[in-house]
Amino acid sequence: MSKGKGTFNKQLLIPIAALVALALFNLIKDPSFFKIALGENSAGDPVLSGYLITILDYGSELAILAIGMTLVTAASGGQDISVGAAIAIAGSVILRVLCGTNSRPEELQAPVIVAFLVACLVAMLFGAFNGILVAYFKIQPMVATLILFTAGRSIAAWINNNELPIISEPSFGYYGGYIPGVPIPTPFFIAMICVVVIMLVLKFTTLGLYTQAVGINGSSSRLNGINPQFIKFLTFVILGLCVAVAGLIKVSRLSTINYSVIAKDIEMDAILAVALGGNSLSGGKFNMTASILGAYVIQFLTTTLYKMNVQSDALSAYKAVVVIILVVLSTPIVRKKLSQLGAMILPKKKEA
Amino acid sequence: MGSADNKKNSGNKFMQWFGSTSDTNLLLTITIVVFFIMYIGAIAFQGQGFLKPQTFFNILNANAALIITSCGMSIVMICGGIDISVGGVVALVSMSCAVYLDFHGGSIAGAIGIALLIGLAFGLVQGFLVAYLDIQPFIVTLAGMFFARGMTTIVHTAPFNVENEAFVKLKDTRVVVPGFGSVNKLGNYVNAYVEIGVIVALLVVIILFVTLRWTKLGRSFYAVGGNSQSALMLGINVKRTRFLSHLICGLLAGVAGFVYFMHVGSGSASHAMGMEMNAIASSIIGGTMLTGGVGNIIGTLFGVLSLATIQNIVSSAGIDQAWWTGITIAAMLCLFLVIQSVVMAKKKKLLTK
Repeated sequence: MSKGKGTFNKQLLIPIAALVALALFNLIKDPSFFKIALGENSAGDPVLSGYLITILDYGSELAILAIGMTLVTAASGGQDISVGAAIAIAGSVILRVLCGTNSRPEELQAPVIVAFLVACLVAMLFGAFNGILVAYFKIQPMVATLILFTAGRSIAAWINNNELPIISEPSFGYYGGYIPGVPIPTPFFIAMICVVVIMLVLKFTTLGLYTQAVGINGSSSRLNGINPQFIKFLTFVILGLCVAVAGLIKVSRLSTINYSVIAKDIEMDAILAVALGGNSLSGGKFNMTASILGAYVIQFLTTTLYKMNVQSDALSAYKAVVVIILVVLSTPIVRKKLSQLGAMILPKKKEA
Repeated sequence: MGSADNKKNSGNKFMQWFGSTSDTNLLLTITIVVFFIMYIGAIAFQGQGFLKPQTFFNILNANAALIITSCGMSIVMICGGIDISVGGVVALVSMSCAVYLDFHGGSIAGAIGIALLIGLAFGLVQGFLVAYLDIQPFIVTLAGMFFARGMTTIVHTAPFNVENEAFVKLKDTRVVVPGFGSVNKLGNYVNAYVEIGVIVALLVVIILFVTLRWTKLGRSFYAVGGNSQSALMLGINVKRTRFLSHLICGLLAGVAGFVYFMHVGSGSASHAMGMEMNAIASSIIGGTMLTGGVGNIIGTLFGVLSLATIQNIVSSAGIDQAWWTGITIAAMLCLFLVIQSVVMAKKKKLLTK
């Protein structure tokens, strides 16, 4: 038990170290980064504001996606690069159901929950499509999801006849903003619900165990009575569900949709979250907590860069450098060299 | 009765050929056949436009850069890796060259040098990280793509057209293809032409084809991609081979960047958006497998042509809504992936019988 806990902590070390480094950087640069103020939004409701709240707010979709992405990565040893496009589809479906035929409805044509459930169904169908290609046709996940990546945004535009529906109903904005009277942004609650659900699922079902078994060795897991194809398929469907939830938050934030911009590059962020969580991108063992923490660290980095007035287009260059440094530092070869170096320096200090 | 026998016989022969031919040739054959069927279909259903040689040359003109990047991509994929930074590198190269030519009064030779240097730098760093530090190529080149896209906006934000005289002259240079001209509506004979980029692209295709087929390096790409463990046991320097594959891909991305720049004649951060995906798609349609060890440069060339023809068909069919292009390419990619997967599974069964 204690041994298991040891490895558990070791994996959490990477995102926590990155988080501490980022926090220290901000503390030195400008301590006001950590200020949280209670203010009022335009509707007169109390809301918390501050960079930390922004991180919790905007990191939510990423954390939700990271859950699904971790499972997919662990089971199939590849990543789903179509999540951004799939979010566009899910968001488009939600708006389509809510708006009916009119793109500027005075009131909602259907309850939000119905729209959400339809979006879940559609997103899971697209997840299933990816899953079938990966699990049953044995196509590499990245290539299989490349199909949806190319077509997704086009499909999303097609669902709404390329119109841009706008929803004026304020209650629709609750999911991506604030519920009146609650000062904490709703996406954070939604993310936490997802986290709790997945933790319970991992604790009380064999999903986690089976996923890891399939990821480590598909044929030996088959000999042990697990159906590896079905497990892979299942992880893609779960990711579809996560995509639908993230899609709801995304469209609710703006009450509208921009097909080519919504959730742009989020697939890269989600994959980075998994990598930052110390999970092997070639499948096998995974640590869900580390992935979720990784998602918030990525958002922390994004917010830090925004605060330093980095242009949103140039953001990616800085992110890339940070990511490469992190990944290089976490490779076994570099780690070994570093520990050798540490061992060389430390005795010298003692001698001195 | 005789005809049934005959059929059975030819069926057997087909199965024999199917079983004995190599994976590379099998997938290549599928690609070429599909391309010709598609092109003939286009001529039959879309009318005379596709019959003109210039239509075909225009496809080449517009996709010379894609041919070059796809060739680089194929090499990396044959070697078992992937490089998704190529689109970003192309954008960075065209922006850097544009800024150099217009704002710093640079020369053409200098611009070509910049293009090659940028490509080489990306290839070097990514190759080193992938081969010697053993980081997943997907993550490394993903970061490379982010970096290149970000750097493009840092170099210059607003898109602009290059007005450097020497460059404009080079851009407008047309190489006449003898014997393929056509008579236009006014009754004048118009020569068919290609741009310089196409010649560069065809040169790249020929050089890489020869390299892959007849040199030690080319064969070791296949060996490492097919099974790096056995390649190691054969005495192939696996790390160096992987490094070289990324280096070549990076360098070709630089060349493609300049060719792209010559075609569009402007710098913009949104240039070559999604080119990496088109390059991967072309390679796959051309019969390169992402698992490594299988692929052919000629197939890649036909992959690009198939992709471009589909785009042309879609746009000339009058379906101008932009989303159809994305959906058709995706559908085609899906089709080819499933064909590959099914064919390979069938073949495996045939061989193990």
